[in-house]
Amino acid sequence: MFTKLLIANRGEIAVRIIKTCKRLGIKTVAVYSEADKESLHVKMADEAYFIGPPRVNESYLNMEKIIEVAKKAEVDAIHPGYGFLSENASFAKRIASENITFIGPTEKIIQKMGNKVQARKTMMEANVPVIPGITLIDTDERSVKKAARKIGYPVMIKAAAGGGGIGMQKVDHEEELMKVLATVIKKSETFFGSGEIYLEKCIYSPRHIEAQIAGDQLGNIICLGERDCSIQRRNQKIIEEAPATFLSEEGRTALHEAAIKAGKAINYTNVGTVEFLVDESEELYFLEMNTRLQVEHPVTEETTGVDLVEMQLRLALGNSVNEVEKSMEECNHSIEARIYAEDPVRFFPSPGTLLTWEFPKMEHIRYDFGVTEGTKVTPFYDPMIGKVISKGASREDAISHLIECLKAASVEGIKTNIPMLLQALESSAFQEGKATTRFVEEHIQK
Amino acid sequence: MKEIKATMAGNVWKVQVSKGDKVTLDQEVIILESMKMEIPISAEVEGIVEEVKVEEGSFVDEEEVLLLVKEE
Repeated sequence: MFTKLLIANRGEIAVRIIKTCKRLGIKTVAVYSEADKESLHVKMADEAYFIGPPRVNESYLNMEKIIEVAKKAEVDAIHPGYGFLSENASFAKRIASENITFIGPTEKIIQKMGNKVQARKTMMEANVPVIPGITLIDTDERSVKKAARKIGYPVMIKAAAGGGGIGMQKVDHEEELMKVLATVIKKSETFFGSGEIYLEKCIYSPRHIEAQIAGDQLGNIICLGERDCSIQRRNQKIIEEAPATFLSEEGRTALHEAAIKAGKAINYTNVGTVEFLVDESEELYFLEMNTRLQVEHPVTEETTGVDLVEMQLRLALGNSVNEVEKSMEECNHSIEARIYAEDPVRFFPSPGTLLTWEFPKMEHIRYDFGVTEGTKVTPFYDPMIGKVISKGASREDAISHLIECLKAASVEGIKTNIPMLLQALESSAFQEGKATTRFVEEHIQK
Repeated sequence: MKEIKATMAGNVWKVQVSKGDKVTLDQEVIILESMKMEIPISAEVEGIVEEVKVEEGSFVDEEEVLLLVKEE
């Protein structure tokens, strides 16, 4: 096993990774920005190094600074978490060149799946179904309109390099097309440094279901089940569950097989997620592949008994997927609710100091938190500050435990989305398993 | 005098007007930025900017006054 690991991340995911390392006897190194001096991940790690000002490009995205720390602390591995540098191919390459192990797939795989246009092409060649779409070579009005008409409205305009719901927008009518295109191009250039755009058929009311896969260096790929992540706001997930309910057994098998096919097509190594949109007739469409640990990985852990962080480390060491042990007791159903520091109605961010942060101690609840009472939630980073994960013998059980927990929770000092989470969990649409990605606009923002 | 307030807590990313500028109803006067989200603030009224109360880069709380506009 590794002896010392640097976590190139912050918040709840850094804390989550440290927990597994502690269990495995691996020493941990945290990095932190000016805004995170007092953070939980800094307190929990064996060593912590300051890496720069609050702005992400001067700290958590500062590759050279992080590598300098890794060398100084003499770590043998770096875990990138999610977001930040986790899907940055040059970071993976730089780390490898320093003879440090990057916990994730190879630079080549990251690159292949990072560009959405290229990922689409790779999947089409591997016979994995994709959403009908066209890459824009010319962005003049005539060519764009022609492409959009060919696909049929509504269309989605997407930045090829985009992700996390940023750099995509839906167009319902031709009149809006050019205006929206200009906005997406501008956003894409600012956030992703590329103006490459593609148009895609908008699957109107799908479910978002993704498969957790893992691959080893011998070419084996396994699927650890699926997660339904249909409940989203601003194209970001808020409630996720495993397994996906109301998917037929044939549909589930087809999804797992497509995910394995996707993994095999690129010789995937380590833990990754293949995202699909699934329509009413259970047709699958490849959406994207995340070449990293996913925010919602706990629901897979709770239902399979696998510690995915441990699995990542073992796969990075060259173990085969079949050797990875189950380390926890499994259950039948698990649901995760993400706690966001935001206004529950308008979804506007709500930074501030957590004067109260109290959650009940419950047998069926797991907490993955990046904050504690007194933590200052700053405006510099993602508003997701923690996750509440419930498990149960049935879906109903898991829902009721989660509701009981969130009702008993008390947070003061900032606004959170807890009221909105409760509203969603208590809605008949969610309880009956009818939720699609349009859930929030149909049932919450009525 | 109309007080233009912050609709969320965050950093002032851009101040797009100065004292004495004429502003219109929907004109974007300030952009706030918080947790990867940009929120434009519009003038809400027609008039002349009487005072800009914040600087670029400063942190503001929700409901904090950003700008005073003398209505016309």
